[in-house]
Amino acid sequence: MEKRPLSFYILAGFFGLFLLFLYGPTITIAILSFQGPQGGLTFPMNGVSTHWFADLFEQQAVGDIWGSFGRSFALGLMVMVTTVVFSVMGGLAFRVRFPGSTILFYVVIASLVIPSILISLGVGLIFNQLGWDVHWWTSGFGSQLTWTLPFGLLIMFAVFNRFDKSYEEAARDQGASSWQTVRYVILPIIAPSLIGVALFGFTLSYDEFARTLLTAGSYNTLPLEIFGMTTNVTTPVIYALGTLTTAFSFLIVGGFLVAAILANRRRARQASDAGKGMV
Amino acid sequence: MKAGANLSSAERRARFGAGLSALLLATPIWAVLLFFLLLPIAMIVAVSFWTATEWSFHPDFSLENYEFLFGSPVTYSVFLKTFIYAGLTWIFTLLIGFTVANFLAFHVQSLTWQIVLFLLCTIPFWTSNIIRMISWIPFLGRNGIANQALISWGVIDEPLEWLLFSDFAVVLAFVHLYTLFMVVPIFNTMMRIDKSLIEAARDAGASGLQILTNVIIPLTKPGIMIGSIFVVTLVMGDFITVRFMSGSQEANVGRLISNDVGLLQYPSASATAVVLLLTVLITIAIMLRFVDIRKEL
Repeated sequence: MEKRPLSFYILAGFFGLFLLFLYGPTITIAILSFQGPQGGLTFPMNGVSTHWFADLFEQQAVGDIWGSFGRSFALGLMVMVTTVVFSVMGGLAFRVRFPGSTILFYVVIASLVIPSILISLGVGLIFNQLGWDVHWWTSGFGSQLTWTLPFGLLIMFAVFNRFDKSYEEAARDQGASSWQTVRYVILPIIAPSLIGVALFGFTLSYDEFARTLLTAGSYNTLPLEIFGMTTNVTTPVIYALGTLTTAFSFLIVGGFLVAAILANRRRARQASDAGKGMV
Repeated sequence: MKAGANLSSAERRARFGAGLSALLLATPIWAVLLFFLLLPIAMIVAVSFWTATEWSFHPDFSLENYEFLFGSPVTYSVFLKTFIYAGLTWIFTLLIGFTVANFLAFHVQSLTWQIVLFLLCTIPFWTSNIIRMISWIPFLGRNGIANQALISWGVIDEPLEWLLFSDFAVVLAFVHLYTLFMVVPIFNTMMRIDKSLIEAARDAGASGLQILTNVIIPLTKPGIMIGSIFVVTLVMGDFITVRFMSGSQEANVGRLISNDVGLLQYPSASATAVVLLLTVLITIAIMLRFVDIRKEL
């Protein structure tokens, strides 16, 4: 093997430090969440216990975190399904020019770069003027879509730009209707990337703060609940909660990654039957 | 002859059908963005001209919110602060993000390792920002790891007070949260650079530094631009990082808005929001002059 130049080791060292910078704080609070019952927010550890995790199950200590977790989870699933369906539809639409396609493209980009607090404020005002109550599954749901849909669409753009159109043409030449082409040719080919869109949809919703701040109404989602805790909780219980919810996120990301790998493998196995037919 | 003039009527009908179904397929996205993006923005613009009393606000056409906003010296210092945060964060995320992406794209040889290391960089993106901010407390606090280490090394005698709840902490948190918005687009562009160009430069006698400045950086510009737009707009629109990491001691425009909202001063909040929106859009327009993002997808 070729000897690596010095620059490789310097950059590798830099990369290592970057990973430490990314994950160090998370690992630190994971350790500190096992503080003893008398322990504080910083080192040294004052014994080791699961006291603070147990506290998470007591209403008085932390408020309604399990209720807010349930809402965030449900909202995440709603946003995920909607993002996948709407992004695929949008991705299919953008393969041809249609009236308003350029404007829609710019609106999608605008949705990505507009400060979140404007969405929160504006949606809150609209609901206020219409006399509707803001609620996490109405105004909160819609506000989050303005953040997840652009990501989903951008992924679909990337997918369809690399999509080989001859598969579709072949299907059409064989007499497939447009719906059959989508259902039996396009969707199976893009399925693994949909896992990516779903991952974005769920996790961005699950962690969203600014867009739900003024649109969630009287029932908090988990990030809002956690933020509320930062102002009045001064014990490691907040680290315990942080550790649990980060572990949950890792679990979700890991699950999606495994699903994506499996989907790719499956596709690689079944992809081509070229040369196997007419022997 | 005009293009398409010699299409048969059947082809023309097929093309019309494709356009129509595309229009239908795009309807859900239009609906969401219309009701939850465009209408709210229009509403904010409208409300910014309304007037308010201490407990309510009502339709009007008044410039008093803007007069108050532009008449207050606080506004200018807060906008300046917002630009400083954006500029500092941009520089650090760009330097770190470019170096990391450069390492992943050109120095890691196997594709599997590239994917694994890239995923390691992106996973934090899918976890909670608030938790990631909270997790700096044990590092930066008065009795935190940083102070304890510096004291035990004899660098300082007294714990540094400016580590947590300061501008330093704000920028550090921004860099921590948003560097991956640089890494991802830059890495993506770098992976599409034809490796033979780099070979050619090397064969022509270019040094590593010359390859970097004459080949890699010019070809990576679109990725750099997309990352920059993400980082700058995220920082300019932020309010929560500044509030949390400065311990409510510093203010940017986002906090100005959220404070007004907290006091139910919606017209005033809306006027600030309109100015923020225009500032962000102008900043992006300037940046977009350097690259056509539609080509880069």
